[in-house]
Amino acid sequence: MTAPPPAGIAHDRLKWLLAAMGLVIAPHALQLPLWLIISVIACGGLRYLLSLRGDALPGRLTRLLAVITATGAIYVTYGTILGLDAGVALLSLMAGFKFLELRNARDALVILLLGYFLVATAFLFDQSLLSAAHAAAATWALTTLLITTQGASDASPVGAHARLAGTMLTQAIPIMVLLFALFPRIQGPLWGMPEDAYAAMTGLSDEMTPGAISNLSQSTDPAFRVEFTDGPPPRGQRYWRGPVLAAYDGQTWTQERTTGRNATEVRALSEPSRYVVTLEPHNQPWLLTLDVATSVDHTAEFDRAHQLRKSTPLRERIRYEARSALHYQLGRSLGDGERRRHLALPDDAHPQARELARRWRDEAGGDRDVVEQGLRHFASEPFSYTLQPPLLDDDSVDQFLFETRAGFCEHYASAFSVLMRAADIPARVVTGYLGGRMNPAGDYMIVRQSDAHAWVEVWLEGEGWVRVDPTAQVAPERVEHGLAEALPDGDPAPGGVTGGDGLVGSLSLRWDAMNAYWNRWVLAYGPTLQDNLMQRLSLGSWQRVVIALTATMALLLGALAALLLYRSRPRPPDPATRAWRTFRHRAARAGLRAPASEGPHTFARRAAAQWPDQAEVITTITTHYLRIRYGRHQTAADMTALRRAVRRFRPSRMSGDAPRAAAEPGAAGSHAG
Amino acid sequence: MRGQETSVAPLLQAAETVILGKTGQVRLAIACLLAEGHLLIEDLPGVGKTTLAHTIGRLLGLEFRRLQFTSDMLPADVVGASIYDRHHARFDFHPGPVFTQLLLADEVNRATPRTQSALLEAMEERQVTTEGETRPLPEPFFVIATQNPENQVGTFPLPESQLDRFLMRISIGYPDSRAERQLLAGQDRRHLLAETPAVMSPEGLQHEQAQVRDVHASDALIAYVQAILAHTRSTPELQHGLSPRAGQALLRAARAWAHLDGRDAVVPEDVQAVFPSVAGHRLQTCNTAGEAVPAEALLAAVPIP
Repeated sequence: MTAPPPAGIAHDRLKWLLAAMGLVIAPHALQLPLWLIISVIACGGLRYLLSLRGDALPGRLTRLLAVITATGAIYVTYGTILGLDAGVALLSLMAGFKFLELRNARDALVILLLGYFLVATAFLFDQSLLSAAHAAAATWALTTLLITTQGASDASPVGAHARLAGTMLTQAIPIMVLLFALFPRIQGPLWGMPEDAYAAMTGLSDEMTPGAISNLSQSTDPAFRVEFTDGPPPRGQRYWRGPVLAAYDGQTWTQERTTGRNATEVRALSEPSRYVVTLEPHNQPWLLTLDVATSVDHTAEFDRAHQLRKSTPLRERIRYEARSALHYQLGRSLGDGERRRHLALPDDAHPQARELARRWRDEAGGDRDVVEQGLRHFASEPFSYTLQPPLLDDDSVDQFLFETRAGFCEHYASAFSVLMRAADIPARVVTGYLGGRMNPAGDYMIVRQSDAHAWVEVWLEGEGWVRVDPTAQVAPERVEHGLAEALPDGDPAPGGVTGGDGLVGSLSLRWDAMNAYWNRWVLAYGPTLQDNLMQRLSLGSWQRVVIALTATMALLLGALAALLLYRSRPRPPDPATRAWRTFRHRAARAGLRAPASEGPHTFARRAAAQWPDQAEVITTITTHYLRIRYGRHQTAADMTALRRAVRRFRPSRMSGDAPRAAAEPGAAGSHAG
Repeated sequence: MRGQETSVAPLLQAAETVILGKTGQVRLAIACLLAEGHLLIEDLPGVGKTTLAHTIGRLLGLEFRRLQFTSDMLPADVVGASIYDRHHARFDFHPGPVFTQLLLADEVNRATPRTQSALLEAMEERQVTTEGETRPLPEPFFVIATQNPENQVGTFPLPESQLDRFLMRISIGYPDSRAERQLLAGQDRRHLLAETPAVMSPEGLQHEQAQVRDVHASDALIAYVQAILAHTRSTPELQHGLSPRAGQALLRAARAWAHLDGRDAVVPEDVQAVFPSVAGHRLQTCNTAGEAVPAEALLAAVPIP
């Protein structure tokens, strides 16, 4: 069972088609299983070889078997053939298979349309500037091939098609901008697959178990970006407040479930400074603020622990403005229940830590002395800062405090909180980010996931919740200079954390600045910003948006049509022709009609015969007109004379049928004689 | 635009005194000559084809030869042959009748295609190549070929591609009654012709030809010629439109026509005047009868831009 040899798609066209589809599928290769990538490449390669040798394409049975096998393989790999990942895999595979039955322009069209769809699906996985650039390039390539395979003559080079495609896509930009701005947006992706859509989001967790491996610190993805109105805060003060963890079960710190709704009172002791945060989506409800925020311009509320929370998880990039005071008093009074909860420790956990805390309590005069004693303990004992701490198995706090003495912020924050609680001081762990690096290329601060930090807040009577950072005692550089400085020599820093120096660093900052703009102006344009824009354009509801969209499109297309009409309008005749037409028009009104094919000489002769009194004028008109239009040399005087003569031409109305002979158009071939 | 009387005016006048009542045809023939093209006359015997050729040759002082084509004629009979000279023991080239300034090729469709093509090649190249040697034909060189459209038995009508070598094709037709009476009452044309002196030298003709080449064709006029060509190509009744070479021929003939009129620039009427003669034999209708194409109808359909 063989198919007729491939016809209709020239070999060099096929090469370009393969190249374009390769470009389209390339980013998907990151998600697709290896066997699938190999299959797709094999399909393309096979088709290429068949074309090269002029062999027949595989028969129907072969293709059918291949499709069934492939679909089965996808089911085995993904457990389904629906859904985002499996769907894209299936689509990529079928695009590869389609090459095996690529015979004519129609098949090429199917492949190219598949290609457009695959370009769009790439955005389901990644929406960065880089993928946008790739999508633009791929769209250009596909459009070029669309021109090449659909009707372009074989002779014209692909480069010319690429230019044409570029022109067409450029012309489409206004429509793209329009659709981008006005097309109704909905919260979340169109496909209801949250686990797919948000699985990749990284960020702080709402629980903390010291001893687990530090994943967070390894990631240099930006967590958020900040633009400061009054300049950035000093380095040691860049504590970005995230989830507050107050519940402790001996292993894991979690957020309190029963946090009171009434916010803690905040008193600013210094002038609050203003800043705008562009927060990456992290699929959690909280927003980050510089400690400690006094007000925020967003639909989010501070809870009892002074966390800023939204009612729903953050699934799109948002921007909000906030004010924070670096010196503050957080909370004035602590209720009994609250106090109890912030002192709670599991009964038989951490005996050694409790013992140590009790000793401090006995020695110290007041709460503040105990806190300082605790900090001194971390500073004086041989604690070390490392991102690769030994695993802690049985009693993590005791083991860390008295055996391993190596860890990072989570260990210190957890252990310190336990010690304080054991010493009868209310304490809780605050997680968030510490630091941030100013990007000179964009004049904003980037805070990365690797800046994640955990510290402690203790309740001191009369002072409220006071921030204490035990990590600072062990590794002051972590606070002052960031993670990389804090690590001992030989400890590998997460890639990119050291950035900022040298060419690579400056390039990476520049790249981040471009991404920041991309995020801010393109990706952050979600339902909220669209709503704002609509309000500013006085377009309230989506119905109005649709009307506006339709109207603008109609306007755009109308303008285009008008432009094309204007371009193709009959060329305005030159002045001589206009004057000549006036002459003929007047003669026609007077009754002397002439076909358009009649030459000027012939017409003039007939006109002169018709109106002998005007013969001189007619001769003048004809002489000058012929000289201007057909002669070798003409002067401005000819034009003047022609105009003047045409004005003087006053034919009398032809009456009856007397001059019929003269009025009849002469034979077109009659010579000028 | 209407120029002064030129030196071609006496030529026209003299020709008209010999050939009575055929002003248009004489004019076209001379225009063809001025445009350095060859002329094909298609008509019945006895209407004055030969007289026309004779007259032109005489008035211009051209070396004139007449060659009657027959079916047994060989190419050598046209272009000449190398003949062994026993006396000098070598081959001598004996130029054929084509080595002349004005050749009247009578009944060219009687000859075999082989012989026809020998002539037509000589016309096109203005040189003759025999036995590897190329010999230029005299200057000026002008062929008037005649063809008898009736009585086609045993003839080889010129194929379309060969017809293209002729700038114009005209027919003469019967004279009107006044001219015919004059013709019958007057002197025999041959004798009259013998008494008529040349009004122009071959050098003078070449000078005129150079002037024709220099006649101006403005953009507007070229646009008109293009419109005509485009129209012939889109007319469904025609098998195919005029070729670019036909367009060049049309413009060349129109230049000559303008020059005959004493102008140094072509006007649309010039094009219209020569169009039937230039295009007639280059266009073929789709119907099998091969009827003549109404050139006037074609022109009437093309507005002058």
